Amino acid sequence: MFDFSTITQWVDELLRSFLPHAAATLVEFILIGLCLLVGYAVIALVLIYVERKVCAFFQCRIGPNRVGPYGTIQSVADMIKMLTKEIIDINHIDRFLFNLAPFVVIIASVLAFGCIPFAKGLHVIDFNVGIFFLIAVSSIGIVGILLAGWASNNKYSLIGAMRSGAQMISYELSIGLSILTVVVFTGSMQLSTIVEGQADGWLLFRGHIPACIAFIVYIIAGTAETNRGPFDLPEADSELTAGYHTEYSGMHFGFFYLAEYLNMFVVASVASTLFLGGWMPLHIPGWESFNQIMDYIPSIFWFFGKTAVVIFIIMWFKWTFPRLRIDQLLRLEWRYLLPINLINLFLMVIIVVFKLHF
Amino acid sequence: MLVDKIKNIAPEAEIDENGILTVTVEPAKYRELALRLKEERDLSFDFMICMTGMDWGDSLGVINLLQSTVHEHKLFLKTFTTDRENPELPTVSDIWATANLNEREVYDFLGIRFINHPDMRRLFLRNDWIGYPLRKDYDANPEINPVPLESEETLDATSTFEINPKDGEISEKENILFEENEYVVNIGPQHPATHGVLRFRVSLEGEIVKKVDVNCGYIHRGIEKLCESLTYPQTLALTDRLDYLAAHQNRHALCMCIEEALGLEIPERVKYIRTIMDELNRLSSHLLFWSCLCMDMGALTAFFYGFRDREKVLDIMEETTGGRLIQNYNVIGGVMADIHPNLIKRIKEFVKYLPPMIKEYHDVFTGNVIAQQRLKGVGILKKEDAISYGASGPTGRACGWSCDVRKHTPYGAYDKVDFKEILHSEGDSFARYMVRMEEILESLHILEQLVDNIPAGDYAVKTKPLIKLPEGHYFKSVEASRGEFGVYLESRGDKYPYRVKFRSPCLPLVSIVDLITKGGKIADLIAIGGTLDYVVPDIDR
Repeated sequence: MFDFSTITQWVDELLRSFLPHAAATLVEFILIGLCLLVGYAVIALVLIYVERKVCAFFQCRIGPNRVGPYGTIQSVADMIKMLTKEIIDINHIDRFLFNLAPFVVIIASVLAFGCIPFAKGLHVIDFNVGIFFLIAVSSIGIVGILLAGWASNNKYSLIGAMRSGAQMISYELSIGLSILTVVVFTGSMQLSTIVEGQADGWLLFRGHIPACIAFIVYIIAGTAETNRGPFDLPEADSELTAGYHTEYSGMHFGFFYLAEYLNMFVVASVASTLFLGGWMPLHIPGWESFNQIMDYIPSIFWFFGKTAVVIFIIMWFKWTFPRLRIDQLLRLEWRYLLPINLINLFLMVIIVVFKLHF
Repeated sequence: MLVDKIKNIAPEAEIDENGILTVTVEPAKYRELALRLKEERDLSFDFMICMTGMDWGDSLGVINLLQSTVHEHKLFLKTFTTDRENPELPTVSDIWATANLNEREVYDFLGIRFINHPDMRRLFLRNDWIGYPLRKDYDANPEINPVPLESEETLDATSTFEINPKDGEISEKENILFEENEYVVNIGPQHPATHGVLRFRVSLEGEIVKKVDVNCGYIHRGIEKLCESLTYPQTLALTDRLDYLAAHQNRHALCMCIEEALGLEIPERVKYIRTIMDELNRLSSHLLFWSCLCMDMGALTAFFYGFRDREKVLDIMEETTGGRLIQNYNVIGGVMADIHPNLIKRIKEFVKYLPPMIKEYHDVFTGNVIAQQRLKGVGILKKEDAISYGASGPTGRACGWSCDVRKHTPYGAYDKVDFKEILHSEGDSFARYMVRMEEILESLHILEQLVDNIPAGDYAVKTKPLIKLPEGHYFKSVEASRGEFGVYLESRGDKYPYRVKFRSPCLPLVSIVDLITKGGKIADLIAIGGTLDYVVPDIDR
């Protein structure tokens, strides 16, 4: 299987051969930053296009079909429009916090994006508390949303922000616990180790019942975490017009929009990394020739393929279910998901201790 | 018999037994008679169909159409005051809750102040409007009321006029609607869930709704005033613009009212065609209701399914009438043109097409646990309240009030078809929802029976080019998509109506929002608004 680290190491050696150590590191930082940002933007554009197409097919429509073949350039055109739009100046706001909020949100999502192992050897930061770091940075986004709602000096925004605060903090528990279930199984918080550990079969299959429960809980909580339907209460358009980002315009709004899509991507890719083996091809112990054929498919395709499946499931939720009410949302978390998760964690511990897994 | 009883209660009342019984009393006796009309067991006039403010030239007053839901008899209760400077009448808003908004409307248009009314604000016009438009001496000069360039100040207080029993002095008492430190949010006038320019001022405590104050009038066009300067055939066009989702049914009511006044005999064929169109109209309206409710609750995909099927109804109507939303099809004495040859075939196809789709709707939305939890037990309306507020139509039927005009006073061809009146007893949002979904199937059933039996004959009778109605007052109502739509018409023998009043089914619906939303969440307000299914131009007229 092709290992991307050969490319990265080659670049590293090349830079070091004619640059001093510190300078080479600096150049690498910049290069990685650029790659991440470009990847971030491209994935966001692709996701926006895909969402529009998928939702169109759900709704017996065609979706974007004018700009470029099958409307593929539509989201690029939208991006250019968004970039050139005026940022409207609003009176009676807390200007500093108002302008800060979208950056907090986008920084949180870029940081989380940076932790993901995209393919074999294509991984920016890989250290021993990788998944822990990922949860930590992705939670910063809540601060941005709360700031946005508070600083806008708008009643709708404030309600939206408060809803989203309550929602995200609640569902963070479920995410954390279901990830903890995985950590118990793999015995590591390092993402690369987690992926390598699934070489003989994805966690969803190896950990059978508790892993499946954790996966389902993770998908539900992840959808809630990204504020997407049916958990899109913070921006419930039929109740609060646009929730916390009602007052934002131009690229500031664009940042919220981008972050929303990228958070969905982050959630889906974490799901595929933890439960579906990340970039690891489908291996069935004993079927050597089958495993070899699977290895011919590059790891990056495996990763994005699995992530796409999870994203499709999340979109399917959004375009099918009606929205929950705030008390139902919190009840779902505290009364159902949290106890289920705790019991599930216990179950997983038993399975690991008595080696009942595959 | 009714006459005797009323004479017993109020011997001095003037009683006119022509048509619907009309009882005229002095303001001093008005409240007492009203109270006894409602309370006495063998009278029990518990449903106020409509309240019409009138300017009779020498006097100002109101004429109320009352109905008993038990005995099904109707009565006009009339009172007046000759004081044009400071006209005052006692309120009946504590007897019939629907009178609350109606009296505000009368105050707005005629300047009659109702003593002890809890909330004497203008309903539709701006607070700084000069003059009372429905008075016959109203000056419509645009210089008196120029187009305002500043927004209207929102009042947080309202007033009640009280009469001192000793000296008869009238004093004004202030009622506070919203306290200074309350968290008041505007839902509307521009808001995705109000389905038009309606404004709710909602006092919130966190997510919980404490109070809802309805502000109407953003799309008030003065249709009743306009009608007074139009000939009868001209007034027809305006009815379509009231509840645009029941355009055909509204016009049906006005045509029937004028035809009844003229004593025109309508051919059977016309009755069948009108009934078919009414039901198609109801189908399109209920399908739109389903779509919009789903959209309000966040299920956007369902919205498109509903619109996909509603499109087919609109196509059928378009082929015959030329109009999709607004048909302009009824005329006095018949319909504008004969039905299109394809109509019968297409309706038959549609009747077969829709039931599987309804099943799909139930699969995708009704059965969904989230949808059920958001609708069941939310916004419960009691039957007494429904009657008192006059919330007829599917909303009333959802709490067990049998109020279908098609059943109780059949018009058109409804007496020739077999259909069920859908009744539920829960009164919550889910019941309102299910009533409409079942009515869709019932409408299909009606269509099925009618299309094959349309009798031959003329599609309209000849009328005189200049229509003059004989002197008197007339009332006719139909079951529109959202409730009873009535037309009250008073004529003085001219070619113009003296006064036209439309009993809009949506005004009572919007008046119960505060009652049934209190204590719910913001999301409940949206679900309740969606299931009440009001259409704002019909409220504002």
